[in-house]
Amino acid sequence: MLFAQEDAMQDVKSNDEVSVPPALDVSAVGHCFGRKQVLSDISFSIAPGHFTVLLGLNGAGKTTLFSLISHLYDTRQGAIHIFGHDISREPGEALRRLGIVFQARTLDLDLSVYQNLSYHASLHGIGHAQALERIRTLLAQVNMSDRLYDKARSLSGGQMRRIEIARALLHRPPLLLLDEATVGLDIQSRAEILAMIRDLVVTDGISVFWATHLIDEVESNDDVVVLDKGRVLAQGRVSDVVRSAGSDNIRQAFASLTGLVSVLPEGACL
Amino acid sequence: MTPQTVPSAIPTDLASGRGFKVRQYSICLKGILFRESLRFLNQRERFISSLVRPLLWLFVFAAGFRQVLGVSIIPPYKTYVLYEVYITPGLCGMILLFSGMQSSLSMVYDREMGNMRTLLVSPFPRWFLLVSKLLAGVAVSTMQVYAFLVIALFWGVRPPWVGYLLILPALFLSGMMLCSLGMLLSSIIKQLENFAGIMNFVIFPMYFASPALYPLWRIQESSPLLHKICLANPFTYAVELIRFALYGQIDWGSLMIVTAFTALFLGGAILAYNPSNGFLRRRQITGGNA
Repeated sequence: MLFAQEDAMQDVKSNDEVSVPPALDVSAVGHCFGRKQVLSDISFSIAPGHFTVLLGLNGAGKTTLFSLISHLYDTRQGAIHIFGHDISREPGEALRRLGIVFQARTLDLDLSVYQNLSYHASLHGIGHAQALERIRTLLAQVNMSDRLYDKARSLSGGQMRRIEIARALLHRPPLLLLDEATVGLDIQSRAEILAMIRDLVVTDGISVFWATHLIDEVESNDDVVVLDKGRVLAQGRVSDVVRSAGSDNIRQAFASLTGLVSVLPEGACL
Repeated sequence: MTPQTVPSAIPTDLASGRGFKVRQYSICLKGILFRESLRFLNQRERFISSLVRPLLWLFVFAAGFRQVLGVSIIPPYKTYVLYEVYITPGLCGMILLFSGMQSSLSMVYDREMGNMRTLLVSPFPRWFLLVSKLLAGVAVSTMQVYAFLVIALFWGVRPPWVGYLLILPALFLSGMMLCSLGMLLSSIIKQLENFAGIMNFVIFPMYFASPALYPLWRIQESSPLLHKICLANPFTYAVELIRFALYGQIDWGSLMIVTAFTALFLGGAILAYNPSNGFLRRRQITGGNA
């Protein structure tokens, strides 16, 4: 287990069934940049403890949607709730429940791994002693214990990503957003990071919302939201999406839904 | 939104209830202050250049002009003072001015590079995060001013000891005003590359149209229009507030005006701050990684 037992959630009753709202509920959300509508009528929800993939090509609106969910942008059309907390009305309560790994690297390269993580802990009101304990635990979890005092600048892309994942988990959020977390990494690092995140869902019951354009990161038992040109084309279990698209697999279903079939040469990979 | 029934086994930090306690606000503020200090210490060139600029004015400019520019007895001075003594409070203001703009440049850089996003997704109120960031910038500027005053001490600028204590709140308030102005500008400026140009349009007019280098009465004698411009310049009052504080006095008029401008710039900066400005938004408009 990644997390210590004493930090159990307030409404957790072991072995009991408790009623909780969706981890993430996005309802009729839209967004404009100037006159350009980049997201239109986006609605979906993520069940607690599920791994959900936001699948879309570059320019589909994934990062804009993440910016709205993380309150970097104001939600002017529709509503977003994180575990029942409206991101516009209760941003503090919503953000407390959210861990985020941004697409761009956001570590401060001049600071050490410890200083980066400690800074994040303070941004969540976590004291020094508790932060240090958690940092050690999380670095062990992401196999980076030996780099605690190294400058972020000295890390490889995959190592930085691991540190960013540890940072996103430092305040123990029940919902984790990852925006193209494996972009720019080699095959081995990609596989390791994806496996690590999937493991968190199983062992810790964290809900994960994973944005990607890499279709081979989707597994058959995942939930998926297909986003294209700012609209949700399909959502649900991968098997359901594949069936409703009349395809044999998610690759074909995605190509069919987004109209890529007509532009991709035969046998091309997404 | 339909509530779902699931086996909940999610250990989180939420047991502490809603919102944050005062202690947690304090932890957050200390974290931001510590990070900014570390960044400053890691950038030794920034520290040295922040000192070289006012020291050049003190050692070279003031030494050259001391024979040309006599300063009559004006408050807070009780005797004739050397020109380098006169311009020292203005140079303290100069450090705050440059440092305020530097920290806002750092905010533009952070916004462009993504570090600002890690700050803004903190669950603490956004106004608190931005004010903490400003306080961190002011703390760094204040350290620079004290380092400058220590060096100036060996150059014969010897204000009363109580001045070193009284100047602290004056530096803090003036620093807040200038950092807030910098943040307001950084909210308006959408591109990093434009910021240097804007700084030239702000820093130099503010500095030269103030009593930092010459007393206001001398400016009035030479140009009544420039005198009016000086009176409309908030930096004028910051310099006078620092000057009086350094000599153990309080200039109440300047104090009120600097406080009012601080509130105005700070309020404007918090209202105007929008992380969707700048590089992030530009990339999205051009169809990058939306």
